[in-house]
Amino acid sequence: MTRFLLRRLLWFAITMFVVMSVSFVLMRSVKGGPFDQDRNVEPAIEQNLKKKYHLDWPMWKQFLHYVGPLNLDERGLFGEGEKSGEKAFGGVLSGDFGPSFRYRDYTVNDIIGQSLPISALLGTVAMMWALALGISTGIASALRRGSGLDLAMRLAATAGIALPNFVIAGFLIVCFVFLIPLFPVAGWGSIRTMILPGFCLGLVFAAYISRLTRTGMLEALSQEHIRTAHAKGLSPGTVVMRHALKGGLLPVVSYLGPATAGILTGSLVIERIFFIPGTGSHFVNSAINRDYTLAMGVTILYTVLVYSLNLVVDLIYTLLDPRIALEDE
Amino acid sequence: MPTTHGARQRRQGLAAVLVVGLLGGMLYLMSGARLEPADFTFNNGTEVSTLDPATVTGVPEGRVLRAIFEGLVVKDPLTLAPQPGMAASWEVSEDGLTYTFHMREDARWSDGHPVTSEDFFYSFERFLNPGTAAYYAYQLWYVRGARAYTKEVDEDGAPINDFSTVGIHTEGPGTLVIELEAPTPFFVDLMGFYPLFPVSRRNIESAQELWPDSWEIRWLRAENIVTNGPYRVLHRRVNDRIRLVKNETYWDADNVALNTIDVLAIEQDATMLNVYLTGGADLIDRVNTNVVREMMEREDFTPVPYLGTYFYRVNTTKPPYDDVRVREALSLTIPRAQIATDIMKMGQVPAYGLVPPGMPGYTSAECRKEDTERARALLEEAGFPGGEGFPAIEIHYNTSEAHAQIAQVIALAWQRDLGIRAKLRNEEWKVYLDTQNTLRFDVSRAAWIGDYVDPNTFSDMFVTGGENNKTGWGHPEYDRLITAAAATVDPAIRLEQLRQAEELLMKELPILPIYFYVTQNVVAPRLGGYYENIQDEHFPKHWYWMDDDELVAKRAIYTDGKSLVDPHGPAEGMYSPAEMRRRAQK
Repeated sequence: MTRFLLRRLLWFAITMFVVMSVSFVLMRSVKGGPFDQDRNVEPAIEQNLKKKYHLDWPMWKQFLHYVGPLNLDERGLFGEGEKSGEKAFGGVLSGDFGPSFRYRDYTVNDIIGQSLPISALLGTVAMMWALALGISTGIASALRRGSGLDLAMRLAATAGIALPNFVIAGFLIVCFVFLIPLFPVAGWGSIRTMILPGFCLGLVFAAYISRLTRTGMLEALSQEHIRTAHAKGLSPGTVVMRHALKGGLLPVVSYLGPATAGILTGSLVIERIFFIPGTGSHFVNSAINRDYTLAMGVTILYTVLVYSLNLVVDLIYTLLDPRIALEDE
Repeated sequence: MPTTHGARQRRQGLAAVLVVGLLGGMLYLMSGARLEPADFTFNNGTEVSTLDPATVTGVPEGRVLRAIFEGLVVKDPLTLAPQPGMAASWEVSEDGLTYTFHMREDARWSDGHPVTSEDFFYSFERFLNPGTAAYYAYQLWYVRGARAYTKEVDEDGAPINDFSTVGIHTEGPGTLVIELEAPTPFFVDLMGFYPLFPVSRRNIESAQELWPDSWEIRWLRAENIVTNGPYRVLHRRVNDRIRLVKNETYWDADNVALNTIDVLAIEQDATMLNVYLTGGADLIDRVNTNVVREMMEREDFTPVPYLGTYFYRVNTTKPPYDDVRVREALSLTIPRAQIATDIMKMGQVPAYGLVPPGMPGYTSAECRKEDTERARALLEEAGFPGGEGFPAIEIHYNTSEAHAQIAQVIALAWQRDLGIRAKLRNEEWKVYLDTQNTLRFDVSRAAWIGDYVDPNTFSDMFVTGGENNKTGWGHPEYDRLITAAAATVDPAIRLEQLRQAEELLMKELPILPIYFYVTQNVVAPRLGGYYENIQDEHFPKHWYWMDDDELVAKRAIYTDGKSLVDPHGPAEGMYSPAEMRRRAQK
C-alpha cells in the first residue's frame, strides 16, 4: 500500500506540473489582458500596472516566480511594496497564490478560503442526495426488473440525464418559490437555502447512479453466491443488503470520482441561478476576466481535489471488494 | 478468500476515519455566522473590483463608494447640483482658474480623526501618481501640471516631475487651493465624482507598517478600511454581499435613516428580479428586455433618460469605410426607431448625435435621419451601385443577447436597403476589446456613459489619436474646436464650440449613433429620498422608508395609472433621528 501511495504521489507531481505549465501559458496566450476595459488606460499607468503584477517579465520568469518557492522579485512577492524585499520564499509552493486581478481587495487564497467551504457544502448535499435517490431507485429497479416501476424509474433517470439543470432549476423555482412558497428563491446561509440548489445540482448524478446501480445489481444478483445464499434460506432482504449490494455498488463507487469532479466544476450554473458565492463560478469567470492568478488558483485546486478524491475512491474500492487489492507486493 | 482479522480491522478503521472526516467537515462548513437582514438591500449587478476610490472606474463601484466616502462636494439627489460635502464652502477666482475649498470643521473619519485639507492633498497626489495606477487619473488633468505629473515617467514608471509642479496645495488644515490649466465649468461637479473621494493616509500608512507584504490588500479589508461617508463597511464576502452600517462619526449622521444596507452582487437578470419580487432586495439596477413589457405596467419601474449613448464605431482606416459617403449611407439606413421600440422597449430615444439630451444649455448637432433614397445614391456615388462590389460588412459586438438582436436588425436593413451583404461577429468581452483597440473590424458596437453633465465628457473622446477614439478617425478642425472649448471661459461660446465639433462629427460619421440610454432601476415604492436622475447616481445618505401615510400620499401623485405592487419595508417607516424629532414636535 505504501508503494501504491508513493507511486500515486509521483504521478500527482507530474500531473500538477503539466496542468500548471499548460494553463499558465494558455491563459497568457489568449487575446485581451486583465487590465483591458472599455476605457483605455494611459501608457504610463499601464506600465505601472504591468510592473506591479510582473507582466513585464518574460513568461518563463513569471512562471518560476509564480510557482516558487524562491522569490525572484527584489520588490517582494508580487511587488507588494518597497519594504518586502526581505522575503525569500513565495509562490504556489509556499502556499501563496498571489493577489486576484479582478477582485483587487482579495488574494486568491482569500477567495478560495471564502468560496470553497460553500461549494464543498453544496456539493456534499448534492452528492448525498444523489446517492440516496440513485441507489434506492436503482435497487428497486433491479429487483422489479421489467415491471412498470422499473420502466418509470428508467424513464425518469433518462429525463434526469437529458434535462439541463437550469431548466429543472427554473421549473422548481416557479413551483416551490412562487406557487408554493416553501424556499427562498436565491442566496446562501440557512439549511433552507441549500435544498433547491442541492437538489438541482445532484439530480443528473442521481440519474446516472440509479442506472449504474441497476446494472450492477442485476449482475450481482445473477452471481453464484447469491443463488447459494438464497438456497441457504436467507431472507431476501438479507441477501440483497448483505451480499448483492456490495458487488452491485462497485460501478457506482468508480463513478464517484468523476461525479465529484462534475459536481465541483458543474456548479457554475446552479451557483449563478441561486446566487451562491461558491468556487464554481470563479472557475469560468476568472478565465473570462483574464484573472490569471485566480484562474490558476482554481485550476490547481480542482486538480488536487479531483486527484485526491479519485485516490479515496480507490481506497473505498478495496473496502467493498476483497478481490481488488492495491498493487502491493 | 478469507480476510485476515488485521486486514478487516484496518479497513474498518479507514472507514471510520472517512466517515468522521466527512461529518466533521460538514459541521465545520455549517458553522458560518449568519447576518441579520439589513434595513435595506440593493443589488449592484456584479462584485465590485475594489473599494479604493482612486483605482475604480465602474458604475457598481461608484454605488458603494457614494455610501462610504464623501468628496469635497456632494450632489443633490435630484438635480445633481453640487452641495457642500467635506468642504463647507468654496470660492472661484474671477478668471475661473483658482478654486479655494474651506473644509467642514466637524468632518470626521470613521476612526474619529478630523478630515482635513491634508487628506485631500494626500489623496489627490496618490490619485495622480502613475504608481497608484488610477485609470481615471485624467479626471484631474484640468489641474495645472497634473497631466505632465501622471504622464511623464522614468523607466521604472515613477513620475519625473515633483508633485510641487502640480497646482494643488493646502493653506493650513482647513483650506485646499487648486489651480487649473484652463477654466473648467464642471470642475466643482467633478469634486463629487467618486474617484476623487479622499482616502485616509493613516489607514494606508498603518497598513504599510503592519503588513509590509500585503498592505495594498489589507488596508481595504472590512475590518481596516477607514471611511468618511454616511456608512462604513462591516462585512464583505466575494460574489455575495457587502454589509454597510451607519457611520456614527459622519458629520450629517443625524439625517441618515437606514442603519444597515446590504449590497448584493447578483449578475443574472432573472435571479435579481426573482430576489426583488420575493422581497430579498429592495432595488435592482436592471431589467431583462424579455420582461420589460410587464415591468412597464408596474409602479416600481419608471425609466428616465440616462447619460449614455449606444453607437457603432466605423473603422475609417479600412476601405471602403474610409469614404464618408459609405459611412453616411450606412447611417441613413439604420432602423433606429424599430430598435428603440421593438428591442429595447423601455423608452430609449433614437440617437442622431453623440451627446445625449439633458445637458443644460446644449442642443445636440444631429446627423441626417433615415433616408433610403439618399443612402442608395451615396453608395452609387461611392462606386457601389445597388451594393455591387461592396465587400461583405461585418458587424462586431461583444456577446450579449440584446447586442445580437440589434446587430441582426441592422444587418437585415443594410442588406435590404443597400444590397450589401452583412455578417455578424460576436466576441467574448476581452477579445472584443482587443479587436477594437487594434482596429480589426468594419463596424463595432460601442457605448459611452458620461462621467459628468457636460458635452465634453462625450466630445473629447474623438480627438485625433484619443485613447478611446478607436475608429482611426481624426480631423484637425475637430481637435481645434475641442481644445478651444477647453480654454474658453464664456459658457455660451464654449458650448457652441462643442456643438460645432459634434456637427462635424455627425457630418463625418466615424461613429453611427443608435440610441440614448434610459435608467432601468426597479425600486421598492416605499423607498423615500430616492430620485431617478440623468446620471443614474443615487445617494444612500438620503434614503428612508416611508410610513403608510406617506406612501399613500406619494402614490396619489406618482402612480400614473400603473399597477400597485408590494411596497417592501416596514409599514411604520424608518426615518432619520432628525426627522423623528421633527415629527415628535408636530
